[in-house]
Amino acid sequence: MKRILTGLAAATVGLAMLAGCSGGAGTAQAPQGDTIKIGLNYELSGDVATYGEASVQGIELAAEEVNAAGGIDGKKIELVKYDTKSDAAEATTLATKLMTQDKVITVIGPATSGGMKATIPVAERQKVPVVSGSATADDVTVDGNGVKQFAFRTCFNDSFQGTAAANYAVKKFSAKKAVILRDSSSDYSKGLADAFRETFTAGGGEIVSEDAYAKGADNFNAVMTKFKGQQFDVIYLPGYYTEAGKAIKQARDLGVTQPILGGDGFDSPVLAEQAGAQLKDVYFTNHYSSADQDPKVQDFIKAFEAKYSAEPNAFNALGYDTLKFVADGVSRATEKTGEGVQRALAETKGFAGVTGTFDVDENHNPVKAVVFIGYDKDGKLFSEKG
Amino acid sequence: MEQLAQQLVNGLALGSIYALIALGYTMVYGIIQLINFAHGDVYMVGAYVGYFCMVHLNLGFVESLVIAMAVCTVLGVVIERVAYKPLRKSTRIAVLITAIGVSLLLEYTMMFFVGADTRTYGVLPPFMEQSFNVGGVLITMKQIIIIGVSVLLMVVLQYIVRRTKVGKAMRAVSQDADAARLMGISVDNTISFTFALGSALAGAAGVLVGVYYNAINPLMGVLPGLKAFIAAVFGGIGLIPGALLGGYFIGAAETLVSGYWSSLYTDAVVFGILILVLIFKPTGLLGSNVREKV
Repeated sequence: MKRILTGLAAATVGLAMLAGCSGGAGTAQAPQGDTIKIGLNYELSGDVATYGEASVQGIELAAEEVNAAGGIDGKKIELVKYDTKSDAAEATTLATKLMTQDKVITVIGPATSGGMKATIPVAERQKVPVVSGSATADDVTVDGNGVKQFAFRTCFNDSFQGTAAANYAVKKFSAKKAVILRDSSSDYSKGLADAFRETFTAGGGEIVSEDAYAKGADNFNAVMTKFKGQQFDVIYLPGYYTEAGKAIKQARDLGVTQPILGGDGFDSPVLAEQAGAQLKDVYFTNHYSSADQDPKVQDFIKAFEAKYSAEPNAFNALGYDTLKFVADGVSRATEKTGEGVQRALAETKGFAGVTGTFDVDENHNPVKAVVFIGYDKDGKLFSEKG
Repeated sequence: MEQLAQQLVNGLALGSIYALIALGYTMVYGIIQLINFAHGDVYMVGAYVGYFCMVHLNLGFVESLVIAMAVCTVLGVVIERVAYKPLRKSTRIAVLITAIGVSLLLEYTMMFFVGADTRTYGVLPPFMEQSFNVGGVLITMKQIIIIGVSVLLMVVLQYIVRRTKVGKAMRAVSQDADAARLMGISVDNTISFTFALGSALAGAAGVLVGVYYNAINPLMGVLPGLKAFIAAVFGGIGLIPGALLGGYFIGAAETLVSGYWSSLYTDAVVFGILILVLIFKPTGLLGSNVREKV
């Protein structure tokens, strides 16, 4: 027993020394020395690690480019990267650490709305901006109490996507009647479905049937058979690719031929793998298209492929834009502090990124165009600006 | 009317899967009174073996099905020998907790090796992508294969249990293990054989589902495992015809609930059925009340 206690005591002392060392290293550095520190607070493991990792790839590429071009006012960008483990509580802790110990000028991330929202109270208290490239929930930057001063994003929000999809259904398919199938376990899906329903019915359309599935559902045969017995022009399926791929395949197998519309949750190669040859007449709203011929986009794709040997997806592109957006804000800020950057970001006009050119509006949302990615009746991929 | 017929075809395909898994639960329960919670994960392993054979070894559907069944047979016997046999004299709760442990072990071992991402079976041979229109009801080749393979396996199972010597041994052990031992039956081997049979059926179900939904992941066995367990309880756990009845009933109930009501209520209805059965007929629809052993 005594030996165990001594062992424990030794271990505790050791740990304390370790903690002391790392704490010492953190404070020994000047708050803003010869580098500009930007914090990355991303989901690098856990449920949504693919989103976090993809965003960070884009951010790191952009940071390299800014540094290679001489940095910001001669100072290089230094990224301080932490893993939230896809956990909102961890994201809050790490945001605090980044702002108080690492003294970063801005924090980028987390990728998901839930994680992002958890860090905003910290940002407001510490007066350091937090910026996300992919937190699309409507209430991330603004809620009943008004705009959250220190929260920004470079992606459009959920209701914007739902509205755009409803307009597209009416314009492209002259749709009068629609059915909605949404994911009951996600706010994202609900946000898109609500916006779609509102816009579609306001334009004189009718939602003839609505159903929802639980996360991880496999069997869509029954619900698609139900839809098949009804008269409608389009299916709106605002969900993630895991379930959407299965739903599309089963719908087409059952002979449901109406166009299927979705949101940026469709953006994954897994969608095409799951739906296979049945991926026909399917369209979704997205932030970015790799088929865009804009030279800026093509340069980005080349640089990304050179660094990672893979074609960039929307998360890569949004991460890239987010770092450039922050760098632009820091360079325009008159005082290089969190508050200075916050003012500069809020005044952004005409920022030209690979996911579109945008201004920041009074609710800290970017005003930008949506891209439609579609697989036409023959399954051929195309994209168009909405 | 057409829609109802279509929904019943959908329900029949889904019910076949549940019935195949439920058979394993019910046989194991019948012989050692253990709810083998790892059974749903054997089904998951079957789906991955099928995936590996079809996507990486480019084998055909039938070969993959047979290999998956063979691998699951071995896995079932290994699980029984390693995890359950040493606990034969322990309390039932100890074995039950071990079963949950084996279940978690299988799930997370698989996740360690293949990752948590969904995988797809890829492009299937063209004959499997056909569909037939029978009086307005669309029946896909995959549904025919699922129903056909399931029925074939069930017939084979009935033959083994009713007409062979080892089947007779299984029935004897399930009635009274000690008496069976006195008659010269190797109880341990018979129990292993039961696990082998049940696991082979689960492996087949895994491949069929992989082909049907074209998506598999390491946690795919959890919910179907629970549903199949309910199917087994519904029909009367320990009884093979009960598992078939339960499987098809649960499949049809799920399909009709999401077809005529809402997909969100399917699980609620299925678990509600379990509660009702347990209240009004605790031994299941086909169970009799006298089957209490000393």
